[in-house]
Amino acid sequence: MFDIRNLGISTNSGLTQRSNRPTEPAHTNIGTQTMSADVQQSGAEVLLRALKEQGVEVIFGYPGGAILPIYDAIFNQNSIRHILVRQEGGAVHAAEGYARSTGKVGCVLVTSGPGATNAVTGLCDALMDSIPIVCLTGQVPTHLIGNDAFQEADTTGITRPATKHNYLVKRSEDLARVVHEAFYVAKTGRPGPVVIDLPKDILINPAPYLEAAAQHKSYRPRTEPDVDQIAKAVAILKNAKRPMIYAGGGVINAGPAASAALTKFVRTTGFPITNTLMGLGIYPASDPQFLGMLGMHGTYEANLAMHGCDALLCVGARFDDRVTGRLNAFSQGSRKIHIDIDPSSIDKNVPVEVPIVADAGKALVALQKAWDADEARVDSHALASWWRQIDGWREKKSLKFTQDMRPGSIIKPQYAVQRLYEIATARKQEVFITTEVGQHQMWAAQHFHFQKPNRWMTSGGLGTMGYGLPAAMGVQIAHPDALVIDIAGEASTLMNIQELGTIAQYKLPVKVFILNNEYMGMVRQWQELLHGGRYSESYSAALPDFVKLADAFHAKGMRATSVDQLDDLIVAMLDCPTAVIADIAVDQGENCFPMIPSGAAHNEMILGPEHESSGAAISDAGMALV
Amino acid sequence: MSDLMSQRTATISVLVDNEAGVLARVTGLFTGRGYNIDSLTVAPVEAGGATSRITIVTSGTEMVIGQIKAQLERLVQVHRVSDLTKEGPHVARELALVKVVGTGNNRVEALSIADTFRARVVDTTVESFVFELTGASDKLDAFIALMQDLGLAEVSRTGVAAIARGTRTI
Repeated sequence: MFDIRNLGISTNSGLTQRSNRPTEPAHTNIGTQTMSADVQQSGAEVLLRALKEQGVEVIFGYPGGAILPIYDAIFNQNSIRHILVRQEGGAVHAAEGYARSTGKVGCVLVTSGPGATNAVTGLCDALMDSIPIVCLTGQVPTHLIGNDAFQEADTTGITRPATKHNYLVKRSEDLARVVHEAFYVAKTGRPGPVVIDLPKDILINPAPYLEAAAQHKSYRPRTEPDVDQIAKAVAILKNAKRPMIYAGGGVINAGPAASAALTKFVRTTGFPITNTLMGLGIYPASDPQFLGMLGMHGTYEANLAMHGCDALLCVGARFDDRVTGRLNAFSQGSRKIHIDIDPSSIDKNVPVEVPIVADAGKALVALQKAWDADEARVDSHALASWWRQIDGWREKKSLKFTQDMRPGSIIKPQYAVQRLYEIATARKQEVFITTEVGQHQMWAAQHFHFQKPNRWMTSGGLGTMGYGLPAAMGVQIAHPDALVIDIAGEASTLMNIQELGTIAQYKLPVKVFILNNEYMGMVRQWQELLHGGRYSESYSAALPDFVKLADAFHAKGMRATSVDQLDDLIVAMLDCPTAVIADIAVDQGENCFPMIPSGAAHNEMILGPEHESSGAAISDAGMALV
Repeated sequence: MSDLMSQRTATISVLVDNEAGVLARVTGLFTGRGYNIDSLTVAPVEAGGATSRITIVTSGTEMVIGQIKAQLERLVQVHRVSDLTKEGPHVARELALVKVVGTGNNRVEALSIADTFRARVVDTTVESFVFELTGASDKLDAFIALMQDLGLAEVSRTGVAAIARGTRTI
């Protein structure tokens, strides 16, 4: 009755259990294909039917006592593919990678108690980066809630600040409606994670099925821009002498059409553009109008252009502290336009002159139309002069590094990323990159150049170490034929290392490209620059042999320790049809530059040892900031 | 821009779905982001109805109050957010139950002052009164201050309920 092809390796092997065996009698599972309208299905079957109506194809999860009814229903159907992770946090990060690389809602299924609490980090991560996730959590039966039952946790209480919204289904008649509503909330307006807490009796008892409702009773965010505000924006931009466009993750969330609309607008206007960490790929990185990423580890030209512009168009970004530096010195001379779907992001950190609450794609289409219709012309002399100034800043080559090419030389991490980029993108396959968190993440952002959106998955807002490996899994599941590379640090990789088991089970040819400097690199850099070189607990002691570890997890391990080995390793890694862990020993003392230290402004960047340093000292106030 | 930095008090009414967890969500928003709650009241709009009204008195700079309103508005269960202080004339009232224990002159004086404030006596023994007083918060503050020297024993206040004057509704 069920299709074994979807199961990968037989799920009966090494079946792990989180709880004692339930003693309820097994309930009969009726296949969802042949249902007459008046036979009531169990809550679990209603749930799966609702998921199917919402277009869910993949769910990442881990079983447990409270959630067994759903696992029973999954066993008897083919439409939704379940991916068994090794720890619930991995399920959420995998769903995030899946969501960001496809634009769909990522789906998670975990049990009560520790299953739900393990998911919290991933939920916070999705909330900070605005990723649409629906997380189904098991819960003890309704009559046991609040009784300190086995594997009970106050999931709705714990996840309330970690989610966009959450639900506890207490009545069977609410089940279908809540599932449809959860998907609507997850993907509408500013996307985010939604938790549905499902008591076991609700899943077992019969429940009525309802199709998705036409409209939500209270939550209807605005997506169409106000035409007067658009007109004001056009007026400011056409009169600008030093304009700048700053675009972020909101444009990714608005879909590939939004990136296309932005690209068209940038080319029409001839303005310079920078992207945030979350926005890389919105605008083709190889295009000369792209100034690189801005912010704490952004390029010299992007930061100085932000600092010196007289008109700033912000689309789908939120003036985060990693971008702005010291707020009272941020882009002071500029008139600011802010397009954001979330009104609470506007005037939160930086007061703006023209707020536009709208979906980024719709706003950009309206902006283009108003621009084309308006007969005023941009001052081309001023613009040319502004570009000359920007090109002067570019001459600084702030991302420059020197790789000693003599055989046996230590590999610079930037060089490793650069070669990976050059070799990977020369191949025919689509390339998707996930990262962990730290120096390697910044180097990946600086030296891996993205031409299209939805190819770059990273933990920006929360900065979760352990994100990259499971996220790569999620991306590979969504794009089985693509090249999926997790650019990682060795410390981060250990945080969700158990997901190598998932990768093995589903034969995912993920490439884990570890820039191994035997330190928590970013922490060590801050300790060097701010804490007198006191490297407290930032050394990666007792590291495993990653090549042996790969072997233990049914993957291929590779190692490079000097520059002459690098290219061959990269080619071998990309050619390998299975999962690969590549352990690249890199220069341990390398620091990530440029850097705007906390408490400093955009024009107080520290450049690397390749340049004369502007040597901005870090104030006491700056020391207290993250 | 300096307007954005000056502090003010705001009385905010929020119309929400009458569902379990809504109040926890709203108060969690305030504590999570470090906003003040000077007072908070909540009750269903109609008996057993689908919506409730939460009235919060908060204070902060104009930019912070703008943020509070925006953050409240984006909650899924929130229908409407109304800054009564900003939107025009409004009525704000509070109720207090004030217990005063005393005899002799203090007792007489307390009763006399209560009369001036139009407070009602809702409990009496030969040694104590419980007064019920409604009015604006500063009227309640003044009454309680006066009772301090006359044997004030205990106060139970409700927090502010507020509504716009005229025909304007939330």
